[in-house]
Amino acid sequence: MARTRVAPDFAVRRDTARCINCKACVRLCANGVHVWDEVAGAPVADESKCVGCHFCEEHCPTRALSIERAPAETTSGGHWTRSAIRGIGRQAETGGILLGAMGNDRPQMAYFDRLVLNAAQVTNPSIDPLREPMELKTFIGSRPDRIEIARGAGGRPRLGAPLPPLLEIETPIMFSAMSYGSISLNACRSLAGAAGEIGTCWNTGEGGLHPDLESCADRAIVQVASGRFGVTPEYLARAAAIEIKVGQGAKPGIGGHLPGGKVTEDVSRTRRIPVGSDAISPAPHHDIYSIEDLKQLIFALKEATRYSKPVGVKIAAVHNVASIAIGIVHAGADFIAIDGIRGGTGAAPSVIRDHVGIPIELALASVDQRLREEGLRHRVSIIAAGGIRSSADVLKAIALGADAVYIATAALVALGCHVCRTCYLGKCNWGIATQDPALTRRLNPEVGQTRAANLLRAWSHEIKEMLGGMGVNAIESVRGNRDHLRGVGLSQVELDLLGIKHAGSPW
Amino acid sequence: MTTRAPAPARPGPAAVVIDATGLHYRVLNERIHAAVAAGARSIVLEGVCGQRYIGDGLEGDLAIEVRGVPGSDLGAFMRGPRIDVRANAQDGVGNTMSDGLVAVHGDAGDIPGHSMRGGRVYIRGDAGYRVGIHMKAYGDEFPVVIVGGTVRDFVGEYMAGGLLVVLGLPGGHGRPPGRANDAGRLLGDFAGTGMHGGAILVRGAVDPRCVGREVAIDPAGPADLAALGRFLPEFCAAFGLDAAPVMAGPFQRLSPRSNRPYGALYAY
Repeated sequence: MARTRVAPDFAVRRDTARCINCKACVRLCANGVHVWDEVAGAPVADESKCVGCHFCEEHCPTRALSIERAPAETTSGGHWTRSAIRGIGRQAETGGILLGAMGNDRPQMAYFDRLVLNAAQVTNPSIDPLREPMELKTFIGSRPDRIEIARGAGGRPRLGAPLPPLLEIETPIMFSAMSYGSISLNACRSLAGAAGEIGTCWNTGEGGLHPDLESCADRAIVQVASGRFGVTPEYLARAAAIEIKVGQGAKPGIGGHLPGGKVTEDVSRTRRIPVGSDAISPAPHHDIYSIEDLKQLIFALKEATRYSKPVGVKIAAVHNVASIAIGIVHAGADFIAIDGIRGGTGAAPSVIRDHVGIPIELALASVDQRLREEGLRHRVSIIAAGGIRSSADVLKAIALGADAVYIATAALVALGCHVCRTCYLGKCNWGIATQDPALTRRLNPEVGQTRAANLLRAWSHEIKEMLGGMGVNAIESVRGNRDHLRGVGLSQVELDLLGIKHAGSPW
Repeated sequence: MTTRAPAPARPGPAAVVIDATGLHYRVLNERIHAAVAAGARSIVLEGVCGQRYIGDGLEGDLAIEVRGVPGSDLGAFMRGPRIDVRANAQDGVGNTMSDGLVAVHGDAGDIPGHSMRGGRVYIRGDAGYRVGIHMKAYGDEFPVVIVGGTVRDFVGEYMAGGLLVVLGLPGGHGRPPGRANDAGRLLGDFAGTGMHGGAILVRGAVDPRCVGREVAIDPAGPADLAALGRFLPEFCAAFGLDAAPVMAGPFQRLSPRSNRPYGALYAY
């Protein structure tokens, strides 16, 4: 059979003057790149196996290694890229669907990079957040149409009707859904611990709640997805909020398969399925074929938890996202999580990850606008997700209309991830996207918690600085306030969709 | 294969009676929760007419008899109680249920036993589409759905564990079993599509054209008959049927060819 040979993506450079033949690289690489050559008495590299995770480079005691982009060029010009040729080669060999991991990396999709924020000068003094209070506290959930006031004993006013349950978070940044199974238990521990430390939320994904994470459940948003893995009465009862997962930005419209190889003894216990069996999440929920059916499931969950916690719906950003969002509000959801085309994943067909869905910035702006027009914005909180890389992205998302954001890739990068995009191989050298005990113990959950919490602290500080610079002292003042944004190099259609003016335009 | 302790007996004379006539489901369910909180272990619901979520998330030793037609998601997320329905039921009976027993004396709508992980759903008459979709078993959690009559398309779709039984019996009032399709088969089309665990036992012939390609059809073996012996008597007792002729079969078993049906789908 013809075999398509594609030049390796990475070159392993080994400085033999520095290498002391300690074999650390041979022991450490889960992909088997470094091999000890007995004859040569030195390590050699099979670069075709290198995924570019840089673990060996960062752990070589003498800094003898560097992993570089392989310089191989095709003669075919820009259209026939290396990845296009490589993909065809793999498919010719296997007849299979190409898998990708992490998020879409096409640069033209990043509208955040075309948005700039405002600052106060002279007429509206800026505020120094180091000395003045600056409020980032956020409440996720539905607000009533009006507050009913009743008079109690002695004419004292009191609430006439109970308020809907709200999720209180100290900073408008939460960890997005990543299941135990797609990531390691130590990675889950790190994020759950950091969420508790900062006072925000983590998200179980569709992996169930591992017993070691039950102590963090009061800060967990638990997912109910189409496979219903791990959905037990305790799972619903212990959670801070419940999220019905309808869609994911990296794979709108399709389900998920956790391969049987990743369903270890411990993962099987959490998902409540046998060891080695594929964990299949169907594309649709088979009890949801309409907005009315979605309402039925939302209220089945509210009834099961006695209306004590918010129940939301996560969808992928697609063409008619605003209409879908209206339906979701009418179905009784307390929050909508919208995941854009740059949203990450542990595994998705690359063709879907890269080509299906719309950028979160456009989805967010259109949903927020439409909810306002319909007088429904107060009934639901919006959580934006999909490619948030920095505190600036967070603040721009909030100015476009989000109540809070979800981050996942950024959180994993804080744990050590180098975005090599091969999570689906299950051989993550950084101990994150793997269930191999030899690899998962490389991630110390206490260190991971500190690093993830540090990231949230740092971004929160930066957001406060930006808010102070704008002359406002609460994130609420920026929420959906697009006057704080301007576009650079965008067409009028794009500006109109985003609901912003071009940079250079006055108020 | 094991199962949990038997579900509580049906409500007796000491039962708390709640009149559901004209009540919104939220009010009715609050009254049920209040009765349970006050110590009721046996509840009769009179005049039920389409109220959803009866028994939703309820736990423990509790028996509920529903008089009238309950709405969708009866016994959803439930763990432990027994619910007897004296009429037909709508969609989603036992949706994502963890344990307990639901016995429907008439027919049931679509997706009974959806993603169920334990307990039993018994339907005396016929059931609709996607019966027992994505049921799954783990350890001593073993969900069982038994349908007395016939089922429509996609029975046991994505089934990952547990036991589904289709008996093809005549209906409760001597009427013939419903027809799953125009060919008069016991199962609709695409039975067991995507199945990767568990077993479907069918009392009667199975047309190979109506099963998914992930499914193997064999005569039921001793282990299957032992499983039937564990649950069919309880099913028959719930509806006053004579177990012996039902047990006599013959039964066919539909089982998955692989626990990784899509293992070769991807290029790594």
